Order: sequence, then C-alpha cells, then structure tokens
Amino acid sequence: MSGIRLASGPVIPHFAQGSHCEQTNGWFCTDWLREHWGDTLQPALVQHVELTLIAVGVGFAIAFALALVGFRFRVFDLPLGVLSDFLYTIPSLALFQLLVAVTGLTVLTVEIALVSYTLFILYRNFVAGLRAVPPDVLESARGMGLTRVQTFFRVELPLAAPAIMAGLRIATVSTISIATVAAFFIRDGLGDPIFRAINENLFKTEILAAGGLAILLALVADGLLAAVQRAITPWSRLR
Amino acid sequence: MPTQAAELVFDEATKRYPGRADAAVDRLSLTVPAGEICVLVGPSGGGKTTALKLVNRLIPLTSGDIRVDGTSILEHDLAELRRSIGYVIQQVGLFPHMTVEANIGTVPRLLGWPRARIRERVGELLALVGLDPESDRRRFPSQLSGGQRQRVGLARALAANPPLMLMDEPFGAIDPIVRSRLQDEFLRLQSELRKTVVFVTHDVDEAIKLGDRIAILREGGRLAQYDTPERILREPADEFVAEFVGRDRALKALALRTLGDLEPARAARDGLPRLPASTSLRDALAVLLAERRDALVVTDDGGAPLGVVTREDILG
Repeated sequence: MSGIRLASGPVIPHFAQGSHCEQTNGWFCTDWLREHWGDTLQPALVQHVELTLIAVGVGFAIAFALALVGFRFRVFDLPLGVLSDFLYTIPSLALFQLLVAVTGLTVLTVEIALVSYTLFILYRNFVAGLRAVPPDVLESARGMGLTRVQTFFRVELPLAAPAIMAGLRIATVSTISIATVAAFFIRDGLGDPIFRAINENLFKTEILAAGGLAILLALVADGLLAAVQRAITPWSRLR
Repeated sequence: MPTQAAELVFDEATKRYPGRADAAVDRLSLTVPAGEICVLVGPSGGGKTTALKLVNRLIPLTSGDIRVDGTSILEHDLAELRRSIGYVIQQVGLFPHMTVEANIGTVPRLLGWPRARIRERVGELLALVGLDPESDRRRFPSQLSGGQRQRVGLARALAANPPLMLMDEPFGAIDPIVRSRLQDEFLRLQSELRKTVVFVTHDVDEAIKLGDRIAILREGGRLAQYDTPERILREPADEFVAEFVGRDRALKALALRTLGDLEPARAARDGLPRLPASTSLRDALAVLLAERRDALVVTDDGGAPLGVVTREDILG
C-alpha cells in the first residue's frame, strides 16, 4: 500500500564512521540529521502521513456510514456504540498481534488496527453531533416543508459539523501517535527509525528526531483541521 | 405584494392518541374566514397546539378533515402543503448555521425562486418586520436578541407569501415590553397583509388583543366557545369560559374600545385630564379613577380637543 520503501541495507550510522557526536551518541547530532534526512527521516515521515491519511479516511467513511445507521435507526445505536467501544479498549499491540495471525505482517494489518481505533472516536462524535440538533430547529425545518433528506443535508449535517470536525481532530492526532507502534510489524512510518535506534544502542538523535517529527506532524494536522473547522462553521464562533 | 388569504375550515377534526381515554382534539369544527386572525386559547391540555399542528400535518388527523380554501389538507403533497403555510413557533427554530438572509430564504429556495428574487424578497421582509435590510441580513441568529429572532422567524414564515399562517405562542418567550411591541407591530402588519392566521396562546389578554375571533378550548380538546373577543367577554357561553377569561372581563372588554369609538360630542372644558382618542376605554377609566374625576377631554393626535367623555359614557 505504501509507495515508498526504505532503502535496503542499514541506515543506522556505523558509529566508527560518523562524526564525534555520533560516535559518542550525543543528544542531538545535526550532521546526522543532514546526512540522513533524505534516506531515513523524510521517507518515514511520508509513510507516516500515508498511514494516517488512509486510516482516518477509511475510518471516517465507515464511521459516517455506521453513524447514519445508528442515527436513523436508534435500535442499532447501542450495539454499534458498544462495538466501537470494544474495539477501542483492546490494547494496540495486542490488536496488531491478533491481526497478524489473519492478515500477516502487512500494511493491511496495521491499517485495520488503526481504522478500528478511529471508529470509536468518530462514531461517537458523529452520532452525538447529529443528535445535538435542537428540537425546535428540527420542528421548524419540518414545518417549512423540508423533506427528511433535505433536513439531513441542510440542517442536521451542517449543525453536526463542529462535533464531526472535533472527532476528526482527535482521531487524526491519536492515529499519528498509535501509528508509530506499527513499526513493530512493518518497516513503515516514523516508528521504524525509532525502533531501529532503540536496537542500535539507543541512538538518541534518531529517536528524538523521529519522535519530534511525529509530534510536529500531529500539531500541524490538528492545526490544519482546526482551520478547516473554522472555515466551514463560521457561525459556531459567534456567541 | 399581492395580498391573498385562504379560508380555513376545521370539520370535526379529531386527534386521539392510542392508549389515552381523552382525545387531544375532539371533533373540532370551526371556520376561520379568509384574512382573519383566529386565536386558539385555553388551559394546558386543551389541545390548542395539537389543533394547530393538525393543519400542517405535523400531527396526523385521527378523523375528520381540515380544508384550506375548500381543499382537504390530506389531498396535498405533504412538503408542498407545508411550504404553502407559514409556520412560526415560540422557540423560533432559526437555523443557527445560516445567516438571517439564508434563514428567510429557506422556503423560496425550496420553491426554486431565482437568487435575485430571493435577495430582493429578503430585503423587503426585513424592512417589513423592522430590521435593517442591509446590515441585518448577514448576521447569524446567535448575534440577535430574542425579539429580533422572532422578527426573523416571522419574516421567514412570510417569505413565500403564504395565504395561511400558523403561529404557536410566537411571543411567549419574550419579555412583556418587547412582546407588547411585537403584538402591535404584528397587528399593523396584518392590517396590510390580511393573511389568514391561526394563533395559539395561553394568555387571554393576548388572545383578546390579537384575535378577530377567539376559540376557547377546554380539557379534552373540546371547543368551549368560538366568537369575537367582545362577545366572549360580554356573553361567555358557560361557567368555564367565564372563569377562564377572568373576573375582570368587564375591564378587558373596555380595553377593546377606544375613546374615539365613543364619538365625544360636548364642548371641551378646562381643568379636565386630556387623553388622545386612541386611548383604550380601560386606560381612560384608570386615569379617571387615579385623578378622582368624572370626565375627561378627548383630543386628536395633535392635542386639539375633540370633546368630553364622562365616566358614565365609558361604562356604557
């Protein structure tokens, strides 16, 4: 699924050939960063973004479909909510491990796990957002002759947008975080350089750089989504 | 703007909920002539809101019929029926995510009006309900006061120029001073627009002030009396109506008429209280009592004396 693979062969620096900082495993070796941005950090970052986008995108689609069912047919809300709760409570490593038995050490395994974590957050937020539409607003919509479908797309969905966006932000940030664990199973994402550095005598620069990138990625993604939220819900800021 | 109004007929309209002994609305029959305001009033449990919602089928009839200009509401397509009836509720129910303009344009958009016509109509309506046609149209409901919201709600209901308006306690959640002003403006609007209006309230005074006719509903959704405010106050049909309109119904009846209605004739005298002809008889009597006088001078709007009215004239 991921288009970019790491270059084969060791990318962890051989200390004997590195700079003084690398040889003594200093806290933050900028020369290592310069040298390995292109072959280690940047590909890992791109993979991480891919992992996250796919997980959140697929999770959004599934959660949206489930939320429609749970919202429209109340009988399904409880079972769907419990299911998404249940998926969320499984420890991530355990879930990955369980899936490996079925789908192997593949990106698919990782994505299934990541998607199932987004479902809980997204489903709950979607349904809560749709349910929070004030009854008087719905009554006036009906009274003015909006059909069910028109009411959904023109009233309920836009009014649920803040809750939906809030869910999307939490799901995205937590997926970026959980996706680092994927490196236990596949050599994708920012978790990969971290795990390798741990195996290479805890090479600090790489751990800090990859970890920092994950944090930065989460902050940027959250900021972007917050900007989108503000742009599509200008009314929700006015109080 | 073309004025049009529809005659509304309740014909044995009944609503029963399964598992309940009493009907919510019990064989309600009454006719609201085109262009009149009919106020549904009564204690809670009287079914007045239910009766209102039967008209636009927010609540389905159990039996009987309701006709708008001779056509049963059951024969209309549901969405079309509702788009042709203005609907105003107490909580207003403005769409929080839409501007005032978009809110008011809701039904015209559903009806497929061209944008330019909607924009023009919104300006017209904002001016009509006393809001600013330019600056207010871009605001969101959360930026408006309660009174302004209800004005927008009224404008939204009027948008497609419906021949029939349903208003469910529209001024119920608004403070008394603003409510009174909105009532006055509503009456002014109605004198221009001449819509057929069904107006629900639990407030007898509001019913008397606004209604051309008042339908008093009692528990179990039964019609106790349907008459003009004057006749309901002077000739209540039974003990229930008399008690519901209150012991002060004679005073309330006085509120329906003004000094101008008495046609004061005698020459003006000095030293008497002076009141404009538009003053209600009730207020005039209050002034006489407060000032311990037996007569007052009626003036025109400019303050010129028209004649004298005595306490006996007022009490009839």
